[in-house]
Amino acid sequence: MVKEEQELANRPDNTAFTQQRLPAWQPMLSAGIVIPGFVLIGLAFIGIGVALFVTSRSIQVLEFDYTGVDQNSPCFKCSDPKVLNCVCNLNFSIDSLFKGTVFFYYGLSNYYQNFRKYGVSKDDVQLSGDLTNFKTPSDTCSPYAYDSNNQPIVPCGSIANSMFNDAFKLYQIINGTNTLVPFDGKGIAWWTDYNIKYRNPSITPLKNAFNNTVKPIFWSKPAYELDTSDPANNGFINQNFLVWMRRAALPNFRKLYGRINEGDYAQGLPAGNYSLEIAYNYPVLSFDGRKKVVFSNVSWMGGKNEFLGIAYLVIGSMCVFMSIVMLIVYAKFKFPEEDGVPGH
Amino acid sequence: MTFITHMDLIIILYFSHFLHSFKPLQTNAIKTSKYNPFTFLPLNLFEQFQRIANAYFLFLLVLQVIPQISSLSWFTTVVPLVLVLTVTAAKDATDDIVSKCVLCTISPLKNFTTWILDVLVHKTNKKSTQRNPYVFQSYINYTHACLNSSFHSEYNLKPAVSPLSRTLTYAGQKYPLDNEKILLRGCTLRNTEWCFGLVLFAGPETKLMQNSGKTTFKRTSIDRLMNVLVLCIFGFLAFMCTILAIGNCFWEMNEGSQFMVFLPRQDGNNAAFSAFLTFWSYVIILNTVVPISLYVSVEIIRLGNSFYIDWDRKMYFSRYNTPAEARTTTLNEELGQIKYIFSDKTGTLTQNVMTFNKCSINGKSYDTVDFSFNPLADPRFMFHDHALVEAVKLEDPEVHAFFRLLALCHTVMAEEKKEGELFYQAQSPDEGALVTAARNFGFVFRSRTPDSVSIVEMGEERSYELLAILDFNNVRKRMSIIVRSPEGKLCLYCKGADTIIYERLHQSCSKLMDVTTEHLNEFAGEGLRTLALAYKNLDEEYFNQWKQRHHEASTELDNQESKLDELYEEIEKDLLLLGATAIEDKLQDGVPQTIEQLSKANIKIWVLTGDKQETAENIGYSCNLLREEMNDVFIVSGNSPEDVRQELRNARTSMKPVEDSMFLPERTLGKGVKLIADELVNGEYGLVINGHSLAYALEGSMELEFLRTACMCKAVICCRVTPLQKAQVVELVKKYKQAVTLAIGDGANDVSMIKAAHIGVGISGQEGMQAVLSSDYSFAQFRFLQRLLLVHGRWSYLRMCKFLRYFFYKNFTFTFVHFWYGFFCGFSAQTVYDEWFITLYNLVYTALPVLGMSLFDQDVNDVWSFQYPQLYIPGQLNLYFSKKAFFKCALHSCYSSMVLFFIPYAAMHNTVRDDGKDVADYQSFALLTQTCLLFAVTIQLGLEMSYWTAVNTFFVLGSLAMYFAVTFTMYSNGMFLILPSAFPFIGTARNSLNQPNMWLTILLTSILCVLPVVTYRFLFIQLCPTINDKVRMDLLPKQHLPPPPLRTRIRRTSSRRSGYAFSHAQGYGDLVTSGRFLRRPALSGSSGFANIGRTTTGFSPMGRSAGYSPTGRPQNAKVPDVEVTSLQMYRTVRDPAF
Repeated sequence: MVKEEQELANRPDNTAFTQQRLPAWQPMLSAGIVIPGFVLIGLAFIGIGVALFVTSRSIQVLEFDYTGVDQNSPCFKCSDPKVLNCVCNLNFSIDSLFKGTVFFYYGLSNYYQNFRKYGVSKDDVQLSGDLTNFKTPSDTCSPYAYDSNNQPIVPCGSIANSMFNDAFKLYQIINGTNTLVPFDGKGIAWWTDYNIKYRNPSITPLKNAFNNTVKPIFWSKPAYELDTSDPANNGFINQNFLVWMRRAALPNFRKLYGRINEGDYAQGLPAGNYSLEIAYNYPVLSFDGRKKVVFSNVSWMGGKNEFLGIAYLVIGSMCVFMSIVMLIVYAKFKFPEEDGVPGH
Repeated sequence: MTFITHMDLIIILYFSHFLHSFKPLQTNAIKTSKYNPFTFLPLNLFEQFQRIANAYFLFLLVLQVIPQISSLSWFTTVVPLVLVLTVTAAKDATDDIVSKCVLCTISPLKNFTTWILDVLVHKTNKKSTQRNPYVFQSYINYTHACLNSSFHSEYNLKPAVSPLSRTLTYAGQKYPLDNEKILLRGCTLRNTEWCFGLVLFAGPETKLMQNSGKTTFKRTSIDRLMNVLVLCIFGFLAFMCTILAIGNCFWEMNEGSQFMVFLPRQDGNNAAFSAFLTFWSYVIILNTVVPISLYVSVEIIRLGNSFYIDWDRKMYFSRYNTPAEARTTTLNEELGQIKYIFSDKTGTLTQNVMTFNKCSINGKSYDTVDFSFNPLADPRFMFHDHALVEAVKLEDPEVHAFFRLLALCHTVMAEEKKEGELFYQAQSPDEGALVTAARNFGFVFRSRTPDSVSIVEMGEERSYELLAILDFNNVRKRMSIIVRSPEGKLCLYCKGADTIIYERLHQSCSKLMDVTTEHLNEFAGEGLRTLALAYKNLDEEYFNQWKQRHHEASTELDNQESKLDELYEEIEKDLLLLGATAIEDKLQDGVPQTIEQLSKANIKIWVLTGDKQETAENIGYSCNLLREEMNDVFIVSGNSPEDVRQELRNARTSMKPVEDSMFLPERTLGKGVKLIADELVNGEYGLVINGHSLAYALEGSMELEFLRTACMCKAVICCRVTPLQKAQVVELVKKYKQAVTLAIGDGANDVSMIKAAHIGVGISGQEGMQAVLSSDYSFAQFRFLQRLLLVHGRWSYLRMCKFLRYFFYKNFTFTFVHFWYGFFCGFSAQTVYDEWFITLYNLVYTALPVLGMSLFDQDVNDVWSFQYPQLYIPGQLNLYFSKKAFFKCALHSCYSSMVLFFIPYAAMHNTVRDDGKDVADYQSFALLTQTCLLFAVTIQLGLEMSYWTAVNTFFVLGSLAMYFAVTFTMYSNGMFLILPSAFPFIGTARNSLNQPNMWLTILLTSILCVLPVVTYRFLFIQLCPTINDKVRMDLLPKQHLPPPPLRTRIRRTSSRRSGYAFSHAQGYGDLVTSGRFLRRPALSGSSGFANIGRTTTGFSPMGRSAGYSPTGRPQNAKVPDVEVTSLQMYRTVRDPAF
């Protein structure tokens, strides 16, 4: 016995793994799986598509371009870059109630926030409140790291520097008098951005942290004075700043400016005439950009986007159609069993 | 790093004192490993960076360090590069260690355990003085004879090497140093325990080492294709980068220059320069089309599949305790593409073991017992016929004469190291078998001197005076011996081919002749090798007179040979027939079945053997290579170039009557080398070509002629070929046929062929190691070849192709998304995905599932693979991975990448979260796209995979889980707080993946990516199924049923006289009688094609079986009952890539 074992000393182990006999599921694209599968997927997709489409349809959107390219545009006068501190009013009316919490967005077109060099031009360490990077901003911020006097710029970089600085005020015109429709500018940024990613240095008052630094070149006010009405909404955790810093994926984008959820307007914007007062500061015409404002409500699927619903409907129908084609092909052309496999 | 080899070239000298003056110049140490611990790192890194892929990634790394260009952080390249280098370095290190171990085991010389000099001195001092001078001399003589033959086998390796011919002068005397006195490293000493020698060349100067150094690195056709594809991909990469750079140039001119308000450029506004930088930035981003992990993964897959070969119990041969071994781990998938097999015969197809199977004595046929009555019996001998034993015990005079003849009439040497332990050294296994048979029946050949033969007859020791040996040669086809018995009776014993013996029989035997002929036919019908035995009592007076004439004739200078022949003819007549023997040249188990299976798999088998034509033909029939039902078997044996050309032409015209030589189907493939396409033939044919003819056929002017003819035949047998010719034949096929070749052999003479072929297989387990050492795969039995090819090879090929297709798909898809994004981000080389995702995509998220697929996938299991050998054909036609398949992959990727970019684009466009917050930001978009991508490629993998083991499922689901785990970890608060600049994506996962919109987009893209593939494949299977589809469809309902047993409809061919059992070279008669043992044995017949000795047989170093087929052609053709394969009736397999 012992001898026998020795003789077979080199015999490989008899395991399912070494002998490649592991139990396995061997699926095949057989008609019994594929055709019903297509029908099921098709029906499910059509269902989802209908739901998405209906939902999307129910979302109200109001959009105005206020760039002022057109001479008739109310902001035409402001589109000349030489005009400073220009204010223009955009009047519009709503026929029926604009339901729910209405979100107010500003939108930019042909604006490349996704340009690589633009995107890297910021200093995450500085923005998380690290004072060493206040004095020596990261190289990535260049050319907006130091001003001409070699003073460090805080917040540094192209993104911060190019922060959108048009301001909006919405009035409802009731009997000729303008009633301010308040925008709630709080909580418009991501929680993580506000609480974790961006932090002010823990120095009070905040202004002191910015000693020996200069504000970004395009800014009119330093970071610690962005919101004079609310001292907590300043520095790097200013909500509008946070929204701007979350750079867009595509050259046409919209960003949240505020929500209309207070007082009489908590249930939406009632029908009537409105006037949007725009402090027109941000130049976009030089690169053929467009500015717009958008009023929109949302649903469970987010903002209005009909694409998804239509896509689901189209693909669902295609699945059903293909399953019929396959069924025909299967019934007509399936290879005969009798001459199935060579050798049999 | 070094070790001492045992013996090298030794000159056999007869003066022991000569040794004193010896001073070694070259130590016998051999250094075979590349590295030592200190040089490992620098040397290995240097070597690795010589590989183009690694160098390319180093270049990328340099690009990434340049801030103007760097579009990705350095770690995206460094992490994979370091990983790849580490894995490769680890593999190189183990290879180096393993190669050391392998060389340590090369020590076939058993009697010398340390350096020869030590042994020599040692042995000389202790033993030589005690030896009787005559024995001493004879030992040396005999040793030399054996060494000599050993040497020839080695010498034949390289006929081109000019023999050493110098003289050695010592103490005023000259000693010639010619081939006969040289022993090569690796030889085996026989019949002696020691010998004197002088080391001539040592260590790395030895022939073995010098030859082994020249091993060429073999690459597979997939490797070569991959190299081409990688070049194409580089071209494509440059093309994409150029498009994007041009795009950037225009963008800069039209948009960027205006956009400067928000993004001023330090280096001015030079669009061209920006485009130049963009080009390089995109080279960095799009480099994933040439994935670095590809090469590592390929290596891992090959290694894994090689381990499967090592682990296969069905390729383990318990008799030799040898498992199969994949000695090269880089050629696996090539095993699935073999088109031509070149096989040696002896030891490969046959066991090279002859067994005494049947006999006919005095008109009575005996089949086959128990030899316990005989203490000298060989315990391994099996012959079961009690009647014969009874006859022996009853002292039947004919039976005794029969066995006495077998015990006396031969040229075997006996060695009795210990009382009762006999060892025979036979020139041929046939003789060995016959003498062993006699021994077991109680006629034990015990020893011989030049003029006597001692045998033990039924326990009684008798010494016969050896008066003459009438030696064997190819014309005589017989050998006789004249002895004087202890009683003083003179007797001639003769054995030889039946036809020859029959002509010389006394009339009184005619009745016996008829009966024996019947028996002979019966034996031959079973494929046995026969000999007829006869004897004759001699008259003392006549013999003396004959002896006198014989002496005169043998001293005569002119016509010596013909005169001797005449004398032999004269005395060898009026013989009395004793009977006949039947010896089986045993085929290895399962050889005919294997050959049938392989030929069903459309593999062409060429047997290249040193044997005589008839023997080779016989074996061809018995192992099912040549078949009775073949339309014709052409024999090419012309002796001039014209004859050979004519014979080849004739063969071709009869195979393909409509000659279209005007339109030779060939195409030119660079450098003027032509490729010959396969030609259609009207039937099945075989070709047997002789060594002489082959020499002509291989000449430049005729090689195409030969190749075309040979390739039209189903089976080709080349006989009496030299090792060099074997290699030439392989090279010829390699040169003109775009086909993968495999050579299989077991002996030193197969080494050249094994090295020349794409894949070399060595038969291991017996003594010889040369073939195994130069082979890529080794196992103990020929029949394992079908498992190696039809199972392991096919799976390896399938897996590798699936891997490559999928790997290119997943990387192209990954990369092309960047390309599309380029058009929407100002061609700024902005990546679509998170940098960490880019780093980990190939290494973590998609590595294991695809590796799992390439290690476990099987379309059908091994049993069904044997059942349907046709499944092998797609591999030969390169259907699973070719340029076309690659192109399809790229198109498929293009589609997928468009889906993966534009669906998220459209779904995210201007949308917001359900709380109105931003979700169309870059980071969310990146997360969405990469998640879609991962789902799409994982589902695609699921479609590719046809064998879901638990491991695969774990890998697939685990990788997805891993992706989410890693993503959520890296986007977590904690990671950001540790390193804010490295993890800027904080919160993205939480904030966007809680949106139903996101998941609906993921579902949509995943489904949209796979639906067309499923549709295409389904319709394809229905409309024009491939062989694979058919087999799998066929198996679908019976997957869990036990497969039917393999059909073995192999039957032995009818009554062919398989030739007589003489296989050794002539000249041994002289050797054993003359006392001039040192005479070099004359080589049989034609000098050009020396009988190739070998060191691997059970009997002797010279053992080589060969036989004659006196009748030549098959006597009757039976109706074929071997199943005709029907694979030609099916269309070829198409690629199911879509």
